[in-house]
Amino acid sequence: MRSIRAAAVGAVTLSLALAATACGGGSSTGGGSDDSPRTLTYWASNQGASVAMDKKVLQPELDKFEKQTGIKVELEVVPWSDLLNRILTATTSGQGPDVLNIGNTWSASLQATGALLPWDEQNFAKIGGRDRFAETALGSTGVPGKDPAAVPLYSMAYALYYNKKIFADAGISKPPATWDELIADGKKIKAAGASVLGAEGANLSENIHHVFVFAKQHGADFFTADGKPDFTSPKVVEAVKSYVDLMAEHEVIPAGDAEYAQNQSVSDFAKGKQAMLLWQSAAANLKSQGMSEDAYGIAPVPVISGKPGSGTQVNSAVMGINIAVFKNTDNLDGATKFVKFMTSDAEQKILNTAYSSIPPVTSAQDDPAFGTPATAVLKNTLATSAAALPQVPSESQFETTVGTAVKELFADAAAGRAVTTDSVRAKLEKAQQQMPAA
Amino acid sequence: MRNSPMAPPRSFLWTRRVFLTLLAGFVLTPVYVMVSSSLKPLADVTGRFRWLPSELTVRPYIDIWSTVPLAKYFVNSLIVAGAATVCSVVIAVFAAYAVSRYDFPGKRVFTVTVLSTQMLPGILFLLPLFLSYVNIGNLTGIALFGSRGGLILTYLTFSLPFSIWMLIGYFDSVPRDLDEAALVDGCGPLGALFRIVVPAAVPGIVAVAVYAFMTAWGEVLFASVMTNDTTRTLAVGLQGYSTLYDVYWNQIMAASLVVSVPVVAGFLLMQRYLVAGLTAGAVK
Amino acid sequence: MTTTALKEPVRETSPGAARGPRRRTGRIRRLSLPYLLLLPALLLELLVHLVPMAIGVVMSFKELTQFYIRDWGTAPWSGLDNYRVSVDFDAPVGKALLQSFGVTVGFTLLSVGLCWLIGTAAAVCMQDAFRGRGLLRALFLVPYALPVYAAVITWVFMFQHDNGLVNHVLHDQLHLTDKPSFWLIGDNSFYALLTVSVWKGWPFAFLIVTAGLQNIPRELYEAAALDGAGMWQQIRRITLPSLRPVNQVLVLVLFLWTFNDFNTPYVLFGKAAPEAADLISVHIYQSSFVTWNFGTGSAMSVLLLLFLLVVTGGYLLLTSRGRRAADA
Repeated sequence: MRSIRAAAVGAVTLSLALAATACGGGSSTGGGSDDSPRTLTYWASNQGASVAMDKKVLQPELDKFEKQTGIKVELEVVPWSDLLNRILTATTSGQGPDVLNIGNTWSASLQATGALLPWDEQNFAKIGGRDRFAETALGSTGVPGKDPAAVPLYSMAYALYYNKKIFADAGISKPPATWDELIADGKKIKAAGASVLGAEGANLSENIHHVFVFAKQHGADFFTADGKPDFTSPKVVEAVKSYVDLMAEHEVIPAGDAEYAQNQSVSDFAKGKQAMLLWQSAAANLKSQGMSEDAYGIAPVPVISGKPGSGTQVNSAVMGINIAVFKNTDNLDGATKFVKFMTSDAEQKILNTAYSSIPPVTSAQDDPAFGTPATAVLKNTLATSAAALPQVPSESQFETTVGTAVKELFADAAAGRAVTTDSVRAKLEKAQQQMPAA
Repeated sequence: MRNSPMAPPRSFLWTRRVFLTLLAGFVLTPVYVMVSSSLKPLADVTGRFRWLPSELTVRPYIDIWSTVPLAKYFVNSLIVAGAATVCSVVIAVFAAYAVSRYDFPGKRVFTVTVLSTQMLPGILFLLPLFLSYVNIGNLTGIALFGSRGGLILTYLTFSLPFSIWMLIGYFDSVPRDLDEAALVDGCGPLGALFRIVVPAAVPGIVAVAVYAFMTAWGEVLFASVMTNDTTRTLAVGLQGYSTLYDVYWNQIMAASLVVSVPVVAGFLLMQRYLVAGLTAGAVK
Repeated sequence: MTTTALKEPVRETSPGAARGPRRRTGRIRRLSLPYLLLLPALLLELLVHLVPMAIGVVMSFKELTQFYIRDWGTAPWSGLDNYRVSVDFDAPVGKALLQSFGVTVGFTLLSVGLCWLIGTAAAVCMQDAFRGRGLLRALFLVPYALPVYAAVITWVFMFQHDNGLVNHVLHDQLHLTDKPSFWLIGDNSFYALLTVSVWKGWPFAFLIVTAGLQNIPRELYEAAALDGAGMWQQIRRITLPSLRPVNQVLVLVLFLWTFNDFNTPYVLFGKAAPEAADLISVHIYQSSFVTWNFGTGSAMSVLLLLFLLVVTGGYLLLTSRGRRAADA
């Protein structure tokens, strides 16, 4: 009886405390401290074929860091499906890692929450200065004109991966440079009995990356210069329609891809079922699925006409991973040291080689490891014909709403329903109105 | 067993046979898919569906443990679901006993309030609950968010309303004379509860325990927000198989099967009690 | 599940109260005992359900977007704005909510109806002993016992467009469709969701009705048989009416569970459910977690809660009046 009473008293205290704080709300708003200088928690994004493989890549490097500085880094590799939610809960609760990877397209959105340490001149100085990084990569680190919310870690770009054998069987001598060529090649490939081009129709982020590039090629933008959503301009509608038409009208993307969301298209390509794939830095991936490097070629993503370049010749989004410091860290100094370590020339070479990405640190790019023909395509794309996704606070909502619109359009196309300018505009209009007003 | 003194007519027997066969087919098809696919090589599950494996392999059952740290998730789920079940049952027994055996002001308010929480959409209190846990952690240093403790607390309250409701019905069906006699013999009220009422209500308690365990074992929404790498439970951890660059359906099926076996076995073993518990309690 | 209202007749006075003066323990102790017994349950409900619910209501009046989630106490009050946005059915957000609500209502009615129908039919069929009945009953309970994740992911596998069993059977083997259908995207997703929900839910109805059947006194059937009532008539005249009180609770429970179900659509479709199967709880999840607008999400949840309160209250009122009329 007495123990019940004691438990009850404890519980009452607890719920009172709860009620009290509930009204106060919020988390501690401290700007970081150095209370626990010996340890760090690091959330890495899933870059390799599996979480386990990432641990294998990263752990030796973290051990190196510990040897150099005496700081032990607790690693957690967070799958993509969880990452944004985890960051969100960490932001809300103030209980997160010290250092974390973010998709570079989320930079502005996460910057707006104020949860990440801003990289002003002083902080940049601690890791060797802002000018160590490529300008394109820095373009995806937050709203222009504000101190970046994160530092570039890996850079990636889209490329066209094609199966050499299927191309040879279909009598195609060189990879298509324009969409019209790709569609024409598609007919030959289908005649040879393979499917043409892979896509992840139900994967919202993939959809966004592609329609963004299509919009650029049509000379359109999803956001106005002052950051307001503008999804329904005729050019944007036309751009989105022309991407979905790859399935709906031209049937180069198989209908079955409309429900792909877990990289099944990569697996189709690796198995030799499919002639082409638009993907970012897929080499390590394909290798882990047992596709030999000689079996496929890499070419720039097609454009409407002419050669890839800037403006309407953009053929990739600036993809990549940024590394950020959580403002609530209790080891600010150690976190900065860790970022410095991860962006050092030596680590940049090791990690970007492992993930077949391009180092955003310019001095590391010259390493011969990044001089192969395959990497050259990616490097060249990044340097000359890639554009950053809109750096606006509502970017992550944009990915969700427009990504969903494209998913639904693909579903229509797959079900044999007509995809018209009107139906595209209707979906985009809905997407636009679901965006936060501001 | 039944009731009707005369033999059922032919029409009924035939309808019954056809209906039950169809139903069994509907119920068993996914189970068959789960079992057979878990014994297939990867090529069989990434190509066109086939009823029979091209070859039988136990490889998926070996691989599941290394593709994701399944064993760790398993232990987490066992701890969380086990603790939530024990606590939920004990607390429900106390509460149901109070409601069943005493009259006191506020009794109706209590039962209505507790039972109506069953109605709340989980989504309504997901974020607030999460914020509460965080705040309690900041204030008192008791880590609820991200810990197994927080999850245990959450899950046990999920099954609490149903458990209390069911046990009230069950305790009501235990004759009052029994515990009156115990009280006369000098047992305290708690003595009467544990020596008389609880033993008489074992089927009901087992039913409630099974329900509580299943609730905690299968929950996805709260587990996905409130756990981290070290405390992740199976329901969330299993998603690890499909975030890879290929969907290892054979492994997913194998893992699903491994995860299901303890609950399904437990449930089927206890099912007699469950029906008995429901018969005597809730549905009376 | 406000089931106390269903438990009639009202209980007679309990032993503690009736035996008051003779108890050895003091009066205070005796009076406080039931409260002490209730305390743990009460506190936990307070902690996990009631206080968070109150916080949720508070949040619904705030402009809780990504700019304020870090310290939500500082989020500005927005009055009724979140509600206004949610119920403005001319604008897309409100329209989408309304559509999702409609889908959920239709889905819930169909699912509950089918679960009840199949569960009752199976329970009645298995009332008589026959060879293999125990085994069959165990089999029937498997879908209910399976963890949601494991069960639904199996269905996802079966519903795959290219490699799934469903298309293999319907298209390749039976040639019922002229090309493979999509089940997890587009309009068919509604039927996919309904199938999974019924598959998973009917055993619960079966379980409860089976238990309910055992409480029907044998004499009723004997009397009916003497009157010359056949099997079908016995079912209609005795079994179904006797199940009424059970059904009353069962339907309500099934309704609430199905209406609030999050796990099934979430595992089946992921974070963005197709419009045709956009159940309200996933819709709210998407409106708050995926688009980072927790204020609007909370407002939608509160509206949902109000709706459920009204429906449950109305249902209980109606059915208990109906029962009283029937009893009289």
